[in-house]
Amino acid sequence: MKIDIILAGVGGQGILSIATIVGYAAVKRGMYMKQAEVHGMSQRGGDVQSHFRLSDQEIASDLIPMGKADMIISVEPMESLRYLPWLNPETGWLITNDQPFINIPNYPDTEKLSEELGKLKNKVVINADQIAKDLGSARSANMVILGAASPYLGIPFEEIEAAVRETFARKGDDVVNTNIACLRAGKEFAEKL
Amino acid sequence: MSKTLFLGDEAVAQAALDAGLSGVYAYPGTPSTEITEFIQNSKQGKEGQVHSIWAGNEKTAMESAIGMSYAGKRAMVCMKHVGLNVAADPFMNSSITGANGGLVVVVADDPSMHSSQDEQDSRYYAKFALIPSFEPSNQQEAYDITYAAFDYSEKYRTPVLIRLTTRLSHSRAGVERREARPQNPLHIEENPKQFILLPANARVHYRTLLGKQDAFEEESVNSPFNKYIDGADKKFGIIASGIAYNYLMENFEGHKCPYPVLKIAQYPVPSKLVAKMVDECETVLVAEEGYPFIEEQVRGLLNRTGNIIGRLSGALPRDGELNPNLVAKALGLPDTYGAPVPELVVPRPPALCVGCPHIDSYLAINEAMAEYGAGKVFADIGCYTLGALPPYKAIYTTVDMGASITMAKGAADAGLRPVMAVIGDSTFTHSGMTSLLDCIYENTPVTVMILDNSTTGMTGGQDSHALGVLGEICKGLGVKEEHIHRITPLKPHHAENVALIKKELEYEGVSVIIPTRECIQTLSRRMKKQQAAKK
Repeated sequence: MKIDIILAGVGGQGILSIATIVGYAAVKRGMYMKQAEVHGMSQRGGDVQSHFRLSDQEIASDLIPMGKADMIISVEPMESLRYLPWLNPETGWLITNDQPFINIPNYPDTEKLSEELGKLKNKVVINADQIAKDLGSARSANMVILGAASPYLGIPFEEIEAAVRETFARKGDDVVNTNIACLRAGKEFAEKL
Repeated sequence: MSKTLFLGDEAVAQAALDAGLSGVYAYPGTPSTEITEFIQNSKQGKEGQVHSIWAGNEKTAMESAIGMSYAGKRAMVCMKHVGLNVAADPFMNSSITGANGGLVVVVADDPSMHSSQDEQDSRYYAKFALIPSFEPSNQQEAYDITYAAFDYSEKYRTPVLIRLTTRLSHSRAGVERREARPQNPLHIEENPKQFILLPANARVHYRTLLGKQDAFEEESVNSPFNKYIDGADKKFGIIASGIAYNYLMENFEGHKCPYPVLKIAQYPVPSKLVAKMVDECETVLVAEEGYPFIEEQVRGLLNRTGNIIGRLSGALPRDGELNPNLVAKALGLPDTYGAPVPELVVPRPPALCVGCPHIDSYLAINEAMAEYGAGKVFADIGCYTLGALPPYKAIYTTVDMGASITMAKGAADAGLRPVMAVIGDSTFTHSGMTSLLDCIYENTPVTVMILDNSTTGMTGGQDSHALGVLGEICKGLGVKEEHIHRITPLKPHHAENVALIKKELEYEGVSVIIPTRECIQTLSRRMKKQQAAKK
């Protein structure tokens, strides 16, 4: 089993915590993992991405070849489209938040953006911000996104849940429970599609 | 032993600790910063009292490490590629003094310039200094090589260089650790002439260094990190160094390449192994991250055989990072691609954070400079370099650490008036102080803005040597007290700040204005910590 994921977002949106959680669950299963991150200048509000690879065989490249990614997981809609050249055009899934992060003057028209996302074959477009807010933690939108991606990850949901618990354990039960609720809400949304 | 997930940088750090490191010396610089930070936060490092406080710049870091090596202990210096330019003087001469305690120089190159002003290749520096170097291809190798590098350094009494590149520095994978070795005891260099580079001594040491070159190459030929993997199909032979080896193997099912592959992770280039490949294969592809360092040596000046291909021949791009697709194309394998990026997707360049003090500084600078026209603000390296981008477009130069002040000086010497330098607090103590001294010595008409956000911002908020002492430093260097001002870069102070800057621009001498407000990132981190502590 092998899964290649492009994680996308804007510097500061916390895409790396998604990788931390999935990575934890995968390594616990005894899988190999490679994860290339972007540090430095781009983290100041620029576009950021992480190549995240899991496999039961040893992994060669830290970067995913173009057209071969199984999934794009994005916390921002325009950023999700930036990495289409990496996504497998037949079998790849795009999972993204539909709430734009606008910090540039020429951000595209949001309706046209939804149209563009609508054209894709395999996708989950979700208002993660709203769901997270309703559950009491606007900052946990990334857990909603992870939940929405969870049916396609090939890792049992309980193991992802356990990884979320482990990751947030030191922040107390309240934080753990909110994040779990967000994760489950994202999963339910994706499964209803 | 079970595996731990490490960034390439962290693997180097952990290996150094396990190899009995006594001190790491570094100045923050992407993509090398996480090495030192890992040691600073490591329990093992604290228990072993391993020195890990940031140095003022890469030159002071290198010199301190040479000093620790002289005292017999194992020392490591870490920097980004351009940092080695700053440290070049002690680095080059450390190959002449040689090492007593193990001395390892780790340099992280940044091909594709993700966070840098050039993509220079540090393997040339190692060759220039006539010392061995290593280029790990994965995180495990980063660990194993660093662990072994200290032994190599002590065996041959030479500094060694480890070259990382961005993708390895900042990529995470599982790493198996080895048993930790104790630190060396204090043991001063026994030869009293070893570290005195008087010409008479240096000539002797230089010949000693030259005499070691054959042994260095023999080490490369027999190194466990260099592998000749034979293949049945001799249509191609592939030399792949560092991370390029991974991109090559990605293209083959089960990572089995039908062609002979020479994987290089240790230099000097093992020429015996290269010769075997060139003799046996029709065409030799050299895949390497960075400059065509190996390719140039294998081709030679005349490229008589004409069958060596790579970045120089155009089979691979001359600049930028490699990836699996580029290597596939060079071998005539099918390229893969998803869907094109929709046209409505626009670039999202990095920007100053909301609430960043530099924003207020640039708004004031732009208003004060407006009447003088464009092209008169010389800037430096740091978050404030983003002032070059809209909406500020406030600065006109960025070359190297500290260049703002001295370039402004040169322009003033040429007759440009008024000129302004913009430099950050940490960059100023890194390399701006001597530049300012030059201006003071000649009483150059220049207005120096030292943007004091009390941290090294771009690399994530490391402590700055300038903290709280900038005014004193400037005064000590000789700036007249009435021309040193601290201002507060906040909206309510905007008008008075503009007025002050304008006044100093008219002064025919050296002025220093220090807009002072903490970096919004370190501030919010501090607040969060305080809140958490209250709970």
